[in-house]
Amino acid sequence: MASEALGWWGVPLAIIAGTLRGSAPFLLVSLGECLTEKSGKINLGLEGTLLMGAMSAYAVSYLTGSPWLGVIVAGVAGMFLGLIHGWLAQQPRVNDVAVGIAMIIFGSGLAFFLGKPFIQPSAPQLPTLSLAGWTQIPQLESALSISPLFILGVAIAPLMQWFFRSSRWGLLIRAVGDSPDAAKAMGISIFKVRMASIVAGSFLAGIGGASLSLFYPGSWSERISSGQGLMAVALVIFARWNPVQCLYASLLFGGAQAIGPALQSVGIDAYYYLFNASPYILTLLIMVITCSPKRTLTGAPGSLGQAQE
Amino acid sequence: MRKPTFQVTRRQAIRGLLATGAFGLTVKLSGCSNSPTAAGGNDTLTAGFIYVGPKDDYGYNQAHSEGRASLDSLDGIKTSEEASVPETNAVQESIRSMIDLDGATAIFATSFGYFDPHVLALAKDFPEVQFFHCGGLYEEGVHPNNVGSYFGYIDEAQYVAGVVAAHASTSKRLGFIGAKPIPQVLRNVNSFTLGARSIDPSATTQVIFTGDWADPVREAEAANSMADQGVDVLTCHVDSPKVVIETAERRGIFATGYHANQAELAPKGYLTGAEWDWSTVYKNYVSLLQEGKTLMNGGIPHLVRGGFKDGFLKLSPFGPAVSASAQQAAEAAQAQLISGELVIYKGEIKDNQGKTVIAGGKELGQTAIELEQMNWLAEGVMGSVG
Repeated sequence: MASEALGWWGVPLAIIAGTLRGSAPFLLVSLGECLTEKSGKINLGLEGTLLMGAMSAYAVSYLTGSPWLGVIVAGVAGMFLGLIHGWLAQQPRVNDVAVGIAMIIFGSGLAFFLGKPFIQPSAPQLPTLSLAGWTQIPQLESALSISPLFILGVAIAPLMQWFFRSSRWGLLIRAVGDSPDAAKAMGISIFKVRMASIVAGSFLAGIGGASLSLFYPGSWSERISSGQGLMAVALVIFARWNPVQCLYASLLFGGAQAIGPALQSVGIDAYYYLFNASPYILTLLIMVITCSPKRTLTGAPGSLGQAQE
Repeated sequence: MRKPTFQVTRRQAIRGLLATGAFGLTVKLSGCSNSPTAAGGNDTLTAGFIYVGPKDDYGYNQAHSEGRASLDSLDGIKTSEEASVPETNAVQESIRSMIDLDGATAIFATSFGYFDPHVLALAKDFPEVQFFHCGGLYEEGVHPNNVGSYFGYIDEAQYVAGVVAAHASTSKRLGFIGAKPIPQVLRNVNSFTLGARSIDPSATTQVIFTGDWADPVREAEAANSMADQGVDVLTCHVDSPKVVIETAERRGIFATGYHANQAELAPKGYLTGAEWDWSTVYKNYVSLLQEGKTLMNGGIPHLVRGGFKDGFLKLSPFGPAVSASAQQAAEAAQAQLISGELVIYKGEIKDNQGKTVIAGGKELGQTAIELEQMNWLAEGVMGSVG
């Protein structure tokens, strides 16, 4: 059954495997948030969207037997939450951070409520793509079984970069985010552009939730996200609103999740609370390093977080 | 100022926000479902059950909920239950409404962290209501008279699971995913290992602590890391073993379950599992209560504990990968535990630092207080409690 132990090689392998397995939710949520924030609005509610996506994907996959349908429904459920956020957060003098916090509570509450009957059943999982045809080592084979949603995220990152830089629609979003007044003078509907960005971003976050419940760890429970949605929002700041850097940052966070268990499995027992906390410590460090009162953040959309008068 | 698409007054916006927030909060905070089971007569006893997580989690809470469900068939007892109640003031609110609204006179608080300060505080406010807490923390003279505690020696079942695991393993490397290094978890790790080493003294158990009772991603990481290290039988002590058992099955290694029966999650690799059998415990309590006995009049003991012999535990049915000899050895071990011939903690036992923790010739029975304060890992366990 199992082959030889890998010993110390297990640690880098586990981190690589953890990166490939665990970074998809970070990646999809942070890309969604990147799109949203480029248009000048913050959507903190993506933690709730992630849970809602995870629940609806699992439920639909279980009820219909088709995990792909589950992924689509997760995206649609995300869009539904995005619509609420997009509408509420754009009312005059409404603070989008406050709405986002309400949406975390609303999204997760709704997911927990509707998800109660689906905690126990086992839903069909997404197929895996194996990149390990060349190796006979079972550990490597397992590590290189990749989620199709991860590949989707990796493909979206450079596409989104290109979209922002070179496409007319990308320019519109950036214009609305950087200088709403100028965009308005051009005759662009700020409301519609922001609504579209928030809804599209929430679609991606919903799919990120599907990756949690239908691939890894591959089950629905109320503790499934453990704050990943919020970390992904922080990660966008770290990545300076750049989609390709979101990809790198997500890989880093996915790998950090694997450090604690991997070190314990080879007998490094000391400080495992510290190693287990590494994704959170990383978030804090990033915040400390990137936030300075003396300078504004480069790359931040000009009107980010400002309420409309 | 832009022309708004929808014209909404400030008052309407605030009302909308409040409604959204309130709805979200209600949905989040109310995991409540009352299930009255018998028509309430005057002498109907009402018991309230509170769980820390969802009641169908393939784990600790499901085991308690199944125990509660076994009371449905009895006459003269009505139960109400509430799931997903966190170990905060929320549990006090839940208990209060069970007493005030449902008329509960016996409360079964099933999570360890409910006891201090929540159950203790309410026991003072409601001296006529009896509080039964799962976790065995009651101390005579220190805690109120209307508080009792119950707990099972599930490490007996873990010992038997260790016996089965050692038979099934080819690498003789077993894995244990624990939540936190507290005495109950360490005792399970040690009993599992001692059971395995009673079959093959060269067997070792790698232990990984995730640091949290429920953290699916880290549990899956831990299971994968151990599979990479050549561990071929996994078991765990977390609130819901679902992710661990499913990950083990996906990696093609064996698993033994915990809390409840997880056989259907791993049809190929599930060997057996250490399960609670709370139905016996709850039925006993109910029949004592119906006889008019209480904690206060001394009719019900404040501390109720037991193992296989007292019907607190059961083993999951053996899976297809369990050999006939393994089954025989497991059944023999179980029979010896019931008869008392087999004492798990019998000297000499060394910890994994080489220090003798139980001297040669000394036997610590299940009730021994030393075992409840366990802070060491037995020889053959790879890991540390620090």
